[in-house]
Amino acid sequence: MKKIEVLGTGCKKCVNTAEQIQEVAGELGIEVEVQKVTDPAAIMSYQVMSTPGVAIDGKLVHSGSVPNRGKIESWLKA
Amino acid sequence: MLEVFTWLADWLIYGLAGLDPESKLGTSLHFFVEDTTKIFALLVVVIYVIALMRASLNLERVRHYIQQKPRLAGYGLGAGFGAITPFCSCSSIPLFLGFTSAGIPLGITMAFLFTSPIINEVAVIMLWSLLGWEFTLVYIAIGMAVGIGGGMILDVLKGERWLKDFAAKAYQQATSTSHGDEPAPEAPVLTLKDRHEFARDELKEIVGRIWKWVIIGVGLGAALHGFVPDGWFADNLGSGQWWNVPTAVFAGLPLYSNATGVIPVMESLILKGLPVGTTLAFCMSTVAASFPEFIMLKQVMQWRLLATIFVILLANFMIVGWLINLLSPWLFSGFH
Repeated sequence: MKKIEVLGTGCKKCVNTAEQIQEVAGELGIEVEVQKVTDPAAIMSYQVMSTPGVAIDGKLVHSGSVPNRGKIESWLKA
Repeated sequence: MLEVFTWLADWLIYGLAGLDPESKLGTSLHFFVEDTTKIFALLVVVIYVIALMRASLNLERVRHYIQQKPRLAGYGLGAGFGAITPFCSCSSIPLFLGFTSAGIPLGITMAFLFTSPIINEVAVIMLWSLLGWEFTLVYIAIGMAVGIGGGMILDVLKGERWLKDFAAKAYQQATSTSHGDEPAPEAPVLTLKDRHEFARDELKEIVGRIWKWVIIGVGLGAALHGFVPDGWFADNLGSGQWWNVPTAVFAGLPLYSNATGVIPVMESLILKGLPVGTTLAFCMSTVAASFPEFIMLKQVMQWRLLATIFVILLANFMIVGWLINLLSPWLFSGFH
């Protein structure tokens, strides 16, 4: 199971991002663990400057916006 | 070209609704319709065009660019990028840590964060259309000066002593290893379609976030415009006593607005005879010293640093207010 972390200090876009990922995963029938990371030190360790950021299994794949559907699908299917 | 909006308001309020142009309600509503339609039309055009241009600007490249430059230039660049970079306040903590952990001095990072809420394309459009280009230029100069000045003072005081431990450690690590040889992060290659999509999303996002502020701000401005007699402030507060400026700064503190909401109010305050410097001091205090922002910065700073920043900001606003009041006879000879 993929472990997906949504990095952000709690703004609305971060909540949207987490929800989007859950939704797409649900539709594709892929089981994922989505976790919101709000700790500044943890976000810093990923070197993310614009939130929301997304990390999959400890690797940063996206930052700066709510990812679109196509992107989310490609992460989940990979 | 902008007279279209005056005509529209004339037609709607005095024509269709049949209100008397001399009445308080008539002037207020006219002001409201003219300003909201004008501002929204300008916002849509300008936000889209600017977003097209800055689609390829990202913070990693900004950070790299600032790192390469001498420290003194860094303050100006920090404030300058703070003004032009699209930026939401919820990103201030990651941005702060991203800059700090790259060894960028605290003062330069803070110059960015100070200037960011004061100057942005939305504020500039509104100022330009409501108060004219002279005023807009003065506002931009002041916003930059508050950021640059505030940042420099912080570094003179060695503010980085009062960072939270993990942030201080990251900063020390970065400054003890050598920097400046890394290649610049590559600019993303964008097609026109990518740029259009980015600009469209930005437009939706920004207008979605600020439309309420425009309505509230212009509504308040309109009420002041119609119901407070011309020259009321000058008659009742006196003009230019030294304590007017600190009073305005403290009055602005508990009010939390962004630049969009406060600029239409500024227009009315000035027209009603509040001195320009006093008005600007009030505006800056409302926009740039907000408690929610300070609470957020607490995650990376000790109380001492927060308090220092707060005092520096307040002092800066007062200096700005006094200075502009003193200079305004020369700066705005064509005003009023």
